[in-house]
Amino acid sequence: MNLLADALAWLFSPERLSGSHGLPAALAAHLFYTFLAVAIAAAVGIPLGWLIGHTGRGREIAVAASGAARAIPSFGLILLLVLLLGVTRKPEAAVIAFVLLAIPSILAGAYTGIEAVDRRTVDAGRAMGMTEWQVLWRIEAPLGLPLLVGGLRSAVLQVVATATLAAYVNLGGLGYDIIQGIQLRRFDQVLGGAIVVALLALVLDGAFALLQRAARPRGLLEPPTGSSR
Amino acid sequence: MSWTLDNLGLIGELTLEHLRQSVPPILYGLALAVPLGWVAHRFRRVRGLVLTVTGILYTLPSLALLPLLPVIFGISALSAVNLVLALTIYAVAILVRSVADGFDAVDDAVRRAAVAMGFGPLRRFWTVELPLAGPVILAGLRVTAVSTISLATVGILIGVTNLGYLFTNGFQRRIVEEILAGVVAVALVALLVDLLLVAAGRIAMPWTRGARVPSRALPAGGRA
Repeated sequence: MNLLADALAWLFSPERLSGSHGLPAALAAHLFYTFLAVAIAAAVGIPLGWLIGHTGRGREIAVAASGAARAIPSFGLILLLVLLLGVTRKPEAAVIAFVLLAIPSILAGAYTGIEAVDRRTVDAGRAMGMTEWQVLWRIEAPLGLPLLVGGLRSAVLQVVATATLAAYVNLGGLGYDIIQGIQLRRFDQVLGGAIVVALLALVLDGAFALLQRAARPRGLLEPPTGSSR
Repeated sequence: MSWTLDNLGLIGELTLEHLRQSVPPILYGLALAVPLGWVAHRFRRVRGLVLTVTGILYTLPSLALLPLLPVIFGISALSAVNLVLALTIYAVAILVRSVADGFDAVDDAVRRAAVAMGFGPLRRFWTVELPLAGPVILAGLRVTAVSTISLATVGILIGVTNLGYLFTNGFQRRIVEEILAGVVAVALVALLVDLLLVAAGRIAMPWTRGARVPSRALPAGGRA
């Protein structure tokens, strides 16, 4: 428990608030990389996922992509891209790695959201004379929104975790204190850094849980789930 | 290819080390998740608690969980034991939900038929419920196995040598091929273990051949 006290002392020391490796700067960098990467991944993943969900085509490709993404070690992917793009273009390399890691969850969230919509609802829309665009925009997208937000939630957590590892290539962010602390055998710093990263992940997860609840269309009795077909 | 060919021995050794660190967590995870998942399935009130706690544990980034565990369990932060413990926790977190879903999916009529035939709770569990929940549990186990093998590479950051060594060593020596060899080796090991699990599933559950298992609530992407 002594270590925990040391870690808290490290965490609440005034030095943590200033400098390029201070907590505010590290948190800002961490969040910047996370949301930039998730935004790019969403711009790619959501339209593609909707296309797959709406047409029912290409599902196997999406499933295979998410399976493959699971097998690729995130840490190796970052180091590989940084080395390939050159150390001067470290941020670009890291963001590319984060985007690649975030796409599968978002893609899955987008297409499972649409797949989970009752086919009878979709057919009712068509019977009322809706065009395919209207079916997508006004029926499938709103009803599938909770699962899409769920996909974004996994993507954000995945990138937060990977961005922590990216501190190994000196990208900055909250992983710096942990990785540098391990190298220096300063375990108060390691534990303090770990607490901050854990809290960030929990807060973001909680925020997205609320967002997921808010995304459920009013009047919908049961939240759509992947198996309700 | 020259680096890879010159270092096949090293890659082989690291692969064995990697398996020694990543296979036990998968097995421990299964052994812990089956009773936990069954309890979550059987007792509705416990379900919320079990799934919330495992959900929170799954949320924690690996590099945050690894330094936190020694505080609770009193082990060294920079040890293989710590890595195995962290990987086991993630494995349980993925598997508990699959196990609970698997038991939920067992048709109640089948369960009642077993009761009517005089099956006691224990025999019902082993010969009726577990085999019928098997395909869903296997789907979860496959996801768990692949992400555990891939995630084990972060061990190198706490000084535990496995295939992750090729990443840091390749990065320090600026050898692209070494990192690439590590990524490919990890993916191949994961694929191989996945195929083994599929084959084991077909042998143990011959009735599932050709059946599609719903992949509900399984994480789509990787982990870090």
